[in-house]
Amino acid sequence: MKITEKDVEYVARLARLELTGEEKVKFTGQLESILSYIDKLNAIDTKNVPPTSHALSLKNVWREDKLELCPENVRETMLSNAPEREDDFFRVKKVIE
Amino acid sequence: MDKDIAGFSAVELAEKIRSKKISCVEAAGASIERIKRLDPRVKAFVTVTEKEALEAAKLIDDKIARGEAAGALAGVPVAIKDNMMIAGIPTTCSSKILKGYTAPYDATVIEKLKNEGAVFVGKTNLDEFAMGSSTENSAFFTTRNPWNTDCIPGGSSGGSAASVAAMMAPLALGSDTGGSIRQPAACCGVVGLKPTYGRVSRYGLVAFASSLDQIGPFARTVEDAAVLLKVISGHDPKDSTSVDIAVPDYAASIKKDIRGLRIGLPEEYFAKGLDGEVETAVREAVKVLEKLGAIVKKISLPHTEYAIAVYYIIAPCEASANLARYDGVKYGFRAECSNLLEEYEKTRGEGFGPEVKRRIMLGTYALSAGYYDAYYGKAQRVRTLISRDFENAFREVDVIAAPTAPTSAFRLGEKAQDPLQMYLSDIYTISSNLAGIPAVSVPCGFTRAKLPVGLQLMGRPFDEEMILRAGYAYEKNTVWSEEHPNV
Repeated sequence: MKITEKDVEYVARLARLELTGEEKVKFTGQLESILSYIDKLNAIDTKNVPPTSHALSLKNVWREDKLELCPENVRETMLSNAPEREDDFFRVKKVIE
Repeated sequence: MDKDIAGFSAVELAEKIRSKKISCVEAAGASIERIKRLDPRVKAFVTVTEKEALEAAKLIDDKIARGEAAGALAGVPVAIKDNMMIAGIPTTCSSKILKGYTAPYDATVIEKLKNEGAVFVGKTNLDEFAMGSSTENSAFFTTRNPWNTDCIPGGSSGGSAASVAAMMAPLALGSDTGGSIRQPAACCGVVGLKPTYGRVSRYGLVAFASSLDQIGPFARTVEDAAVLLKVISGHDPKDSTSVDIAVPDYAASIKKDIRGLRIGLPEEYFAKGLDGEVETAVREAVKVLEKLGAIVKKISLPHTEYAIAVYYIIAPCEASANLARYDGVKYGFRAECSNLLEEYEKTRGEGFGPEVKRRIMLGTYALSAGYYDAYYGKAQRVRTLISRDFENAFREVDVIAAPTAPTSAFRLGEKAQDPLQMYLSDIYTISSNLAGIPAVSVPCGFTRAKLPVGLQLMGRPFDEEMILRAGYAYEKNTVWSEEHPNV
């Protein structure tokens, strides 16, 4: 699989990652070499093999839909972890102009 | 005095505390003292929780003085990998992006350990977000191998492994997504166990690859690992992937003999790439098990050579989704910018280290439009074949024995420039994460350079008892658990 610097820029944008020029060059080469190693999977015929999404075949784990209040000190620690806080909210840059 | 305390196993120490020969404060103090003395060289700890440890120890001493039940691990010092949350203490994941983050609540494993009276002495270093095999990807510093400080301790749980090997604590917790408990255990000459997927709750463990992650114990003896495993195991409504089946008394059942136990040697694990000295040590270990009455036979796990390729699709894909939460809004580091999109990109670009970025890039690429089936879908199908290999093997044998890692601990910097070479360190450990089966690494000797070698024992799902039993029998008939590094 050939990877170009343009591919790297596109994927970085999807992942919301700012990369330096140096990182773009480095990742282009490294992703290509890792992906060509991964290409060895194409040697196996998996047409009739079901995928495993999970090591256990658990299905539909349900619980009672009941309200549990977050203890005050836990809530407070969570809010005070925010880089910017206003009262009981996380403060972010304006999204809509 | 402190050396004596540091030298006790967790089981011995718990017994001395119960019989009031040693107080919890003394035990915690000895552990902290040793950390202060040795950690400037070993660098196992990101945070040492001296004050909290001594306070907790005092409360347990009071409980014991009042004659109350104080728990199975009352007063025993435990080190915790810094990707598990202890309320009120920073959780860093050895990443800059979690700068200033304080855990709001206890992980379930922490709650369980507190209920049994364990005392937390600190949070240990790891490869950033548990991605790596050497701790060189920590954003803070590299942990050193206590057997040779020019060598890596393994990773990602390198700090936990090194802390137990250097006797700074008798017990530690790690997490294992592709070998992150077993490989450092092998490198540092301690016991490290990855439980069956679903055996231990991950609530409060920072997620890396959710279909693979498990928490497990480090200890200097198999018995200690068994005791710790029992404490942390069990169903938790807060982790829907934890399974509701009974937790056996591992420490009791490991003492049964192993006559008639069928052990399989997978030919694919003794092939090209395996270091000669490691191979010799592992084959010698298997002979010991054979002498103790085990029946050894050759088996085949034919899809072994595809495990790394499968893993390096599945783990980065899941990681790229799990790590989307680090955006500078709810916690941690934020790079100030004039608009939100730039702020996301800059925060993540500056906050994550190179290996984390590489995996986010790889995962995002593999999940991007047009590639999903070719990569993630394909990897999931081959994953099924790897699981079937184990199902077939376990029809013929009870335990699979193999090396834990292809080499002993390598030198600092040796593989840091070549990600693919580093990924190959996990060649023998990754398959059991993909299949969800339990596996333990037990020390089985040394190379000529006096670096530890690990014997890996893999078992059927939820049959940790069998691999612990084989490990215990081996340990009791060899001398390795009595050798300690001279740090």
